Formats: sequence, structure tokens, C-alpha cells
Amino acid sequence: MADARGTPLVELNNISIAFGGIQAVDDVSVDLYPGEVVGLLGHNGAGKSTLIKCLSGAYRMDKGEIRIKGQPVTINNPRDARSHHIETIYQTLALADNLDAAANLFLGRELVNALGMVDDAAMEAETRRIMGRLNPNFKKFNAPVSALSGGQRQSVAIARAVYFNAQILIMDEPTAALGPQETQMVAELIDELKRQNLGIFLIDHDIHQVKQLCDRAAVMKNGQLVGVVNVDEVSEDDLLGMIILGKTPEHLAA
Amino acid sequence: MAESTQAPAAAPRRNLIQSLEIDTRLLGMIGAFIIVALVFNVLTDGRFLTPRNIFNLTIQTVSVAIMATGMVFIIVTRHIDLSVGSLLATCSAVMAMLQTDWLVGGLLPLGHPALPWLAIAGGLCVGVAIGAFHGWLVGYLTIPAFIVTLGGLLVWRNVAWFLTNGQTIGPLDETFQAFGGISGTLGEQWSWIVGGLATLAALWGLWRSRRTKISHDFPVKPLWAEAVVAAIIAGGIMGFIWILNSYEIPGRVLEREFEARGEVLPEGFTAAYGLPISVLLLIAVAVVMTVVAQRTRLGRYIFATGGNPDAAELSGINTRLLTVKVFAVMGFLCALSAVVASARLSFHSNDIGTLDELRVIAAAVIGGTALSGGVGTIYGAILGALIMQSLQSGMAMVGVDAPYQNIVVGAVLVVAVFVDILYRRRTGD
Repeated sequence: MADARGTPLVELNNISIAFGGIQAVDDVSVDLYPGEVVGLLGHNGAGKSTLIKCLSGAYRMDKGEIRIKGQPVTINNPRDARSHHIETIYQTLALADNLDAAANLFLGRELVNALGMVDDAAMEAETRRIMGRLNPNFKKFNAPVSALSGGQRQSVAIARAVYFNAQILIMDEPTAALGPQETQMVAELIDELKRQNLGIFLIDHDIHQVKQLCDRAAVMKNGQLVGVVNVDEVSEDDLLGMIILGKTPEHLAA
Repeated sequence: MAESTQAPAAAPRRNLIQSLEIDTRLLGMIGAFIIVALVFNVLTDGRFLTPRNIFNLTIQTVSVAIMATGMVFIIVTRHIDLSVGSLLATCSAVMAMLQTDWLVGGLLPLGHPALPWLAIAGGLCVGVAIGAFHGWLVGYLTIPAFIVTLGGLLVWRNVAWFLTNGQTIGPLDETFQAFGGISGTLGEQWSWIVGGLATLAALWGLWRSRRTKISHDFPVKPLWAEAVVAAIIAGGIMGFIWILNSYEIPGRVLEREFEARGEVLPEGFTAAYGLPISVLLLIAVAVVMTVVAQRTRLGRYIFATGGNPDAAELSGINTRLLTVKVFAVMGFLCALSAVVASARLSFHSNDIGTLDELRVIAAAVIGGTALSGGVGTIYGAILGALIMQSLQSGMAMVGVDAPYQNIVVGAVLVVAVFVDILYRRRTGD
């Protein structure tokens, strides 16, 4: 499979990380190709979020190797990740509630004018532009994000991830707090980003949604990788079995 | 919302304050200040709102107000600094010793024109260094700021004692004393000039921000509202200068000044104090700190970190280094306040700045800085300091006994925060 599609966009090789005595991620390897969505499945505490935070720079792995387009890279902090065009939408959204949408979208990457001063007007204009595309109903540009609804907050977090020409997108339960309509919006967005050849890691609890949105699914249990499967080759029951029992479906176990 | 540039009548639900886009909290604080001033004016038979007392009030407020602007940043990033009064004392001691002892003799003669400036530079360096050290303990060693600065409260108060052997050091250099208030004022003419320039700068700022908004097709407020705001600002600045310029230098002081120059005071000659240099310094600090808060990345990161430290970290902000910077700024401002406070006294005393930490925190909190972080304004903190000082000196003028004064000030602090909580609950922010 790897040969047919050339070099993977991301390779996570033998990643391990422990907190105190607990091995949160134990020797896990997953890869991701351009234009592909890989779902990460597992119980709470299975290690999905922890694994992905090694890639986004929130955690530093103890052991293992990360390759981007075949090149080994070091990611020590979120800034490193961003410099490799890795963007993350966290489950908590990671928004500063007291700031407005534009300030959050550009947080850490503010537009500045010739004097080095933060250019709020330019940032608001850019925010209005991208929001017009992502969520045309969004109007509260001057309110702190604490005054926004769950869906609006989500669209700010998504806008932040896609604005800066991301090549690798990590989405940690992007639809957990959303209504059906907004969930549909996220699904359409994922499809569009796929067409633009981004690679997406999608962490989700909803197996049905993973079957719908993802190309492959990696299942984790107790910090270890149960297996990676093509979603078209497995049923929802197979996936459930992998999550709960930690067993690879028999027809795939070679 | 309906755009109101062309037709203000099209949006009937916008009331006057909304059209003017004035911060209602600022309005509330100004209202509280005016009430305090009027009540004391009645109780003192009109002595509270004389040019002389307003002049005194402003120079008494400067030291605490300068530090309060730094405390806003500290509290916004969810920290606290209990050591500012002691830090002020250490900086004051260093500056006093530099200009009267350490630099004098072998290096420079007493009264050398470079002395005060070297002393100030030395004090500022010490302030920044101690502040940065606090920030390093808090940010990198993750010791809670409350503990670090509680220790600092004891340490720096007694370092100051140690440096001066507990003695009062003075008199300080005359140039140095010009930063204290009454011994350094701009005089009538220069006060008007500074006031005029400040007004022009404010109006230019308003005009530019409107132009930027229009160039990006953002909604702007109606022109009449813009004009009203401009008129209020211009009137405020020029009115303030006019009041300060109305405080005339007493005849016998002028007589002495002329005598010192070997001249005789001409008949009918009068002169006014005008804008004190210390107040000018406070205004400069306020402008710079406001620009930092609203227009720089540093300020943006301070507020983002206060609003959500994890989000700030995940956005690639180095929150540890940020803590060091914020505490270093606080240290710098403590040193600046030390210049003003010791210059006002004309000497360094062992108890300088005692209990200032409480006044500074109270000023910031009365000014709307939330201890939960992420919220606070520079102008609010300065207004808070002014309200505190008005209460204190107003009660002193009325003749309230010292213990009652402190009881009232303490109670006002608690009530002010409660009112702020109610306000936030109602407006939902």
C-alpha cells in the first residue's frame, strides 16, 4: 500500500510516552498520506489524544521518531509543529475566551504593521474573509469568544487551523459539542480539505462518523495500537470489537 | 445590526452611550469618582475641589498609580505581586545611596549634574533585575507568585534597611527632587503647550482609527458621536491643565525665589505651578502601558495567557518567558515610583512604600482588573488609584480619625469588587 502512494506525509514510528508510572502510549506506529483521513479510535484514556499531542508539540515523546515527507523532524513545542505546517484543533478548542475571534485566529502569529504594532484591523478583515467562506452566519467579530455559541467557537478554532496553509491537520473530536447541522458543516469541510490534498488525523468516538469520513482507522487500547484497517473492509461491529476487546477482525488477521 | 453611519435614527434601540461607544464601566468609575469628590467638597465647605487640593491629589496619586499599571499586567496573567512596596524601598535606597554616597567622592563631586541620572539609571536596573528574578522564580521554577512575592515583601524591605543602615538618606539632589511633584512643575506656558499637544495627539488618534475602520469597510459610529467624544477628550485635557494652572505659587515663595536670584519681586507678578513633572511621567507611563496592552504582541500574549494559559501555550507562546517579562516591567515601574516617592519626600526614609502593595492591588482591582485573570485596563487602574487617594485625603481633610480612614478604605475595596461582580453578572462578561 505504501509503495503505491509514495512517501507518507507523516510517519509516527514507535512512539512511546509515559506519565509517572503510566505508559500512556506504548510503541505505536501510524502513518498518514496526503489527501487521506486517518481516524484514531479507542476508549477514553486509550492514548489517542496523547499520541497526537506528540505530533502537535503539546507533549514531548520519550521514545520514537517523527518523519514528515520522509524527513525525520524534531518537535519540541507547538511552534515547531506549526513550522512544519501541522495545525491542531483541540477538543477544548484552546481559545482565549477573553479575546475576540480575530485575536484568537492569529494568536501567536499576529499580523503587524511597519512599526511592529499589532494590526487589529487587518486581522479582523482577514477573519471576516475566511469566516465568510467557512461559516457565513458568523457575525460577532468584536465580541470575546466567550460570548459565542459552541458552533461559532468551533468555527473559530477550525478557521485558525486552516488559515495558515496547513498540510497536516489534527482534529480532536471536532464535532463533540456540535448540533447535526454544524456536524454536517465539519464533514463537508473535511471533504474539501481532502480534495486540497491535506492529510488529516481525526480523533472521534462516533464509529459511524469515522466510517463515513475516514479512509483508514487506527484503533488504540491501553496505550497500544490494536491495528490499522481500511474502513471499507470492516464493519462497525469489527471496529467495536477492536476498541472493546482489542482484537483485529479475523478476516483481516493474516 | 443596522449600520448607523448614514441614519442614526434607523437604530432606535441604541441609546446615547451605545452610540458614543463609551465603556460603561469607565463611565461608572468616573461617576463614582465625581460623587466622592462632590461629597467631600460639601463636607469640607468647598476646600476639596480647589486647584490647590486637586494639584496635591494628583501628585499624591502618582506613585501608586504608576505601580498599579504594572499590577494590571501581573493580575491579568493570574499572578499577584505583594512585594511592590518593599521593592520600591530597595530601589529608593539604591538611588539615594548612589547619589549621596556610593558615587560621590572618588568618582564625582556632590552636586555633579550627572549624579541624579546615574542614580535613576542604577535604580531602574535594580528594579528590572529584581522583578525579572521574581518572574524567573514564578515562571521557570513554578513557585506560586503569592509565595515568591510574600518572601520578597520581607526580603526587599530589609535589604533596603541593610543598604542604608536604617538611616534616613537625604537631602536628595535637586534635579532628582524635580520628579517629586511641587518642586518640579512645567509652569503655565509649557503646561498649555503640553496640553495642546496631548489634545492634538488624541484627536489624531481618533481620526486615524476611524479612517482605518472605513478603509476596511468596518462599521463606524456616526460623525456626531465621534465629535462628542472628541469634545469630551479635548475638554477634559484642557480643563485639567486649566485647573493646574489656576494654582498660583504663593507670594512669599515667589519672593524667596526672586531674592535667591538677587532680584525684587515686581508688583502684581504672579506665576502658576502648572503640570507637575511627576504627573507628566504618570501620563507617559499610562500611554506606553496602554499601547503595550493593546497594540503589541507582548500585550496580546499577556491577555491571552490570562484568559486561557493552556491555549496560549498551545499557540506557541512562551508563557514562562512572558512571566519574566511581566514581572520585570513591574520591577521597572516600582523603581520609577521610587523616584517619584523619594523625590516628593526629598529624602529616602526607611519606611518608604510601606503598605503600598495593598494600595496598588486595591487600585488595580477597584479599576476593574479581575483576579481571575484576562481582564483589566490601564486607565481603570489609574482611576482606581485616584479614587483611593481621594477617599484617603478627603477623609483627612474632613478630620476623620486615622483608624476610621483605614476602615472606610478597606470596606470600599470590598464593596467595589462586589459591585463589579454584580456588573459583570448583569452584562454577562
